[in-house]
Amino acid sequence: MKHLFAVNQKARMIEGIVIQKAQQAHAMMAPDPPFGCTTMFSPGWEVDSSGGTHGLCTPIERDLYDCYHTCYWPAQVPDALTNSPNWAKSCGAPVNDWASIDLVFP
Amino acid sequence: MKLAASLHRRFVVDDVSYVYATGSAAVLRLDDVSTSLLDAFAVEGGRNLAEWESDNADADDLVDRKATLDQMVAMGLVRPAGETAPPASKLPPMPFPLATLVLNVTNKCNLSCTYCYEYGEDRIADSTRADGTVKAPMMSAETACQSVDFLFESAAARRDVTITFFGGETLLNFGTIKAAVEHAEERARAEDKLVGFSLTTNATLLTDEVVDFLVSHRFGVNVSIDGDQKTHDRHRTFKSGRGSYEMIVPRIKGFIARNKAADGRPIGARVTLTAGMTGVCEIYAHLHGELGFDEVGFAPVTSAKENDYALSDENYWQILDEFAALAEDYVVAAAEDRPHGFSNLNDVLRELHQGINKAHPCGAGLGLLGVSTEGELGLCHRFVESGEHEVGNVATGLDEEKRREFLEAGHISTKVACHECFARPLCSGGCYHEAYVRYEDATKPNLHYCEWIRAWTDLGLRTYGRIMNANPGYMARFEDRRAAAVAAAHEPIENTAPAGTEPTL
Repeated sequence: MKHLFAVNQKARMIEGIVIQKAQQAHAMMAPDPPFGCTTMFSPGWEVDSSGGTHGLCTPIERDLYDCYHTCYWPAQVPDALTNSPNWAKSCGAPVNDWASIDLVFP
Repeated sequence: MKLAASLHRRFVVDDVSYVYATGSAAVLRLDDVSTSLLDAFAVEGGRNLAEWESDNADADDLVDRKATLDQMVAMGLVRPAGETAPPASKLPPMPFPLATLVLNVTNKCNLSCTYCYEYGEDRIADSTRADGTVKAPMMSAETACQSVDFLFESAAARRDVTITFFGGETLLNFGTIKAAVEHAEERARAEDKLVGFSLTTNATLLTDEVVDFLVSHRFGVNVSIDGDQKTHDRHRTFKSGRGSYEMIVPRIKGFIARNKAADGRPIGARVTLTAGMTGVCEIYAHLHGELGFDEVGFAPVTSAKENDYALSDENYWQILDEFAALAEDYVVAAAEDRPHGFSNLNDVLRELHQGINKAHPCGAGLGLLGVSTEGELGLCHRFVESGEHEVGNVATGLDEEKRREFLEAGHISTKVACHECFARPLCSGGCYHEAYVRYEDATKPNLHYCEWIRAWTDLGLRTYGRIMNANPGYMARFEDRRAAAVAAAHEPIENTAPAGTEPTL
């Protein structure tokens, strides 16, 4: 860093980890351990959990949870990791309970 | 997009400009460029980035400035204006492995110090059982060994564990201490763990046999002593009213000499500051210089305001002036690369240098628990036998649900008043026991001493800056070796929170 100087151990750690890492170019890749649609068969992707195509993407209720639980997929569902952990708590089976899903306002 | 400077503390020492970023606990040195950048975004409501760029479009070093701004964002010093507060950090994976168990081996004492909280109206412990009978004043060897077993089991995969003996006067129950140490060393050998011991004593019972034992088992010892004879004897007396100084000093000197010869662990003096007894520098000179203590730590007396020994607000500020004077002495020593024994300042400098950012003010209930003479578990030694804060028993185990409830309630995210305070990473709301005595709620922040804590943290920061200017190598002794290895390897560590949220070092 040219105009900002890390003094304590924490600043040096952030400099080492965040800044230097941020300056490296990375291809977009699956996190480690790998998960996602290429390594895990999940309803909503290439094949469904039974190996067939019956449970694939349509209707939307079927793959709703796959939009945030198991795989990176840029769908408009609330962020269940940090801000709205319980948004779908009252909806155990989306096919039946979709109407009871909470509304989440950003 | 608007950016704004986040909570921070700036300080200039010997013409060098520093900043402490509260969100990340990073300490950074600024030059003219970074100072002007921080100024530019330290405005109410933040500043529009596009506007700032067009204002600076003609600057020769625009690329540099933009890179520096990015770095400030990474350090948590500048953040998007109105950024949603980071989600409240969850507790670490529970059950959290225990590291330290404080055994209250006795409630009895052979002194009658006039300010003792064990006997004052501030005492929160209740020594009577539900049926009205009185609890055992001494911990049995059996309970002590059971406590050791509890610690080893609760420590899970943790390799280092510590057993601290507390009282009353701990050495009144020397037999139990010996039994616990023997049992703990046996278990440590069998399970390939490292066990350390520490003890607090008034030094009246430091016989040759006791000294041999403490030195050979490498005890860390804290001696309660308040200063020279006149200062010490004012409160630390026998029941008869006779002061204890004359009796303890030869014993302390013998102990220190024997410990030095054996290259033992540092011996600390623990000073209680009371009204009229706030001459910190003089006390330090006596205890460190004349008696030979390696370290001297100062603590204000815990007391209701009405007591004649209670510290007034004025006394607290006198103490801070004295701490500042002793910090001068510290800086001189550090510049010459000599360690200094002002332990309050050592603690603050270590935490500032490592960049500690606490989610809880101390380890009570987390890595540390207290045990009463009958084996009841309390959040710490000060809470044992306080029914409300009992979290189990060494015989039956820890009440994990109560532990979790307390830790969630005491988490910094619940202490809204602390969220705008730059000293938050070190203070985290302050002592649970103090809060309980003041507000009858251990999880409340100690708002009565905020100003003082901010001034003390500021003194710590300035002292840190001065040492970093004069002899930065001095601070190597305070480094967290694990974190240093991580930074050196530039390997991401698990769960590393991004700058600006709440890292958990």
